[in-house]
Amino acid sequence: MPLIQVHEVSVKFEQHLALQNVSLNLNRREIVTLIGPNGAGKSTLVRVILGLIKPYSGMVVRQNGIRIGYMPQKLHIDAVLPLTVARFLALSGMQEPEVLRNTLAEVGVKTELLKRPLQQISGGEMQRVLLARALLRAPDLLVLDEPIQGVDVNGQYELYELIAQIRTQRGCGILMVSHDLHLVMAATDSIICLNQQICCMGHPAAVSQHPAYLALFGARAARDLAFYSHHHAADQELPVKNFENIIPIVPAENLPRVPR
Amino acid sequence: MDAFVWRALIGGVGVSLVIGPLGCFAVWRRMAYFGDTLSHSALLGIALGVLLNVRPQVGIISVCILLALLLVGLQQQRHLASDTLLGILSHSALSLGLVTLTFIEGLRIDLTSYLFGDLLSITVQDLYWIYGGGGIALMGLLKIWKPLLSMTIHEELAKVEGVAVDWVRLVFMLLIALVIAVAMKIVGMLLITSMLIIPPATARYFAHTPEQMAWLASIIGSIAVTLGVVMSLHFDTPAGPSVVVAAVSLFIMALFWTGLRAGKR
Repeated sequence: MPLIQVHEVSVKFEQHLALQNVSLNLNRREIVTLIGPNGAGKSTLVRVILGLIKPYSGMVVRQNGIRIGYMPQKLHIDAVLPLTVARFLALSGMQEPEVLRNTLAEVGVKTELLKRPLQQISGGEMQRVLLARALLRAPDLLVLDEPIQGVDVNGQYELYELIAQIRTQRGCGILMVSHDLHLVMAATDSIICLNQQICCMGHPAAVSQHPAYLALFGARAARDLAFYSHHHAADQELPVKNFENIIPIVPAENLPRVPR
Repeated sequence: MDAFVWRALIGGVGVSLVIGPLGCFAVWRRMAYFGDTLSHSALLGIALGVLLNVRPQVGIISVCILLALLLVGLQQQRHLASDTLLGILSHSALSLGLVTLTFIEGLRIDLTSYLFGDLLSITVQDLYWIYGGGGIALMGLLKIWKPLLSMTIHEELAKVEGVAVDWVRLVFMLLIALVIAVAMKIVGMLLITSMLIIPPATARYFAHTPEQMAWLASIIGSIAVTLGVVMSLHFDTPAGPSVVVAAVSLFIMALFWTGLRAGKR
């Protein structure tokens, strides 16, 4: 049974339809990445999955008793709140020093960082601290909203490596939102291309040649993507799925009507 | 020393101990204007107390709670921002309170003492209110401390981790309402927000953790009250404003002290 089943979910904000009939499954040991242009509803879909927004129609079925670790997109902490990294991590509820040490080692954060004010650490360190906070809950599903934001290019690559490693070692399911189309391709098992509705989904290499993807991101992005996934496939001999494995785009007029 | 001075000191320190930690959250959550709005409604509470023949504190707490709930309700609409809503509520409550008071026949109240506090006339019964109500507020805050801190840092993250954010927010608003009712006597409704904001702001310069900031704010508030009472007795100045002047002086000293320390580095 999947960790989470999203079943024909639509979300409406006032008159605007943010998500339209979205269905997907999230499984253990699987990395799924959401891509899409700005305003495509990526964050909305994440919020629905996290249970922060109630869908207008459709439903989200969560496997009984699973824990979700969430890494928010941005964490701005006002300077008026004195908060060390250690105190921030303790708010996860996990107080065991042994677990804390292991988790820090896992995400590559030095223990010296614990005493520093949260406002004074670098962007890359912040992302790792946020990841550690999510991991401290021993999650069955890890939800990462733009995990490489504010990280330099080298750091981005490392962070994706780390995420892949977490999947292998912990066996949890991972849902990522990403803006970048390049690095993420090597780090994910499947891609969901979202623009209010799911345009196409499947293995990165296959998605990159799908007409819906090309329409959304253009030929140049597709070339980059093909290069990366090609590199990826040659490296690890991952099967490149055929088009049959991809959900076709549904023309708008065939979509079930959502009352406005 | 006269008994009234002791009562003033014991009452003032009691209020400071509670209002410090609560004020920290008001500062962290940027709710200074919210405190202002609730305290401005106090006159309406006093009028209500007279009309219903209950103690003014009961009237004040009821009106504050009502206003807090009204605000939560109004925040659901999307056309007006929170500070606009607070401005509307704050001043209409103040004016409504003043108008209502003049309608009550045969009532002669000392308006200044409600506006600026009447620290030196604290009665033993006031002390019961301060320590009873303050104790409840402090215990309540202790109970919601961790979830409230968590949602102050990131509300959605807290919610995903299982914090009942709507409940915690409501309890916090009720605690502020309670403390405002209790603190009225000390600095008065126009100056309560200063005690909510200035001691925590001063404490920030010395604190490294949220908890440190909370108890430092309590201590700094207590010092300010003591200095204010002394000043009021010595120079015959109004007690409430004297307490605020003392608090601001401590704040300025903290500002200079950290400036000096940074300069030495």
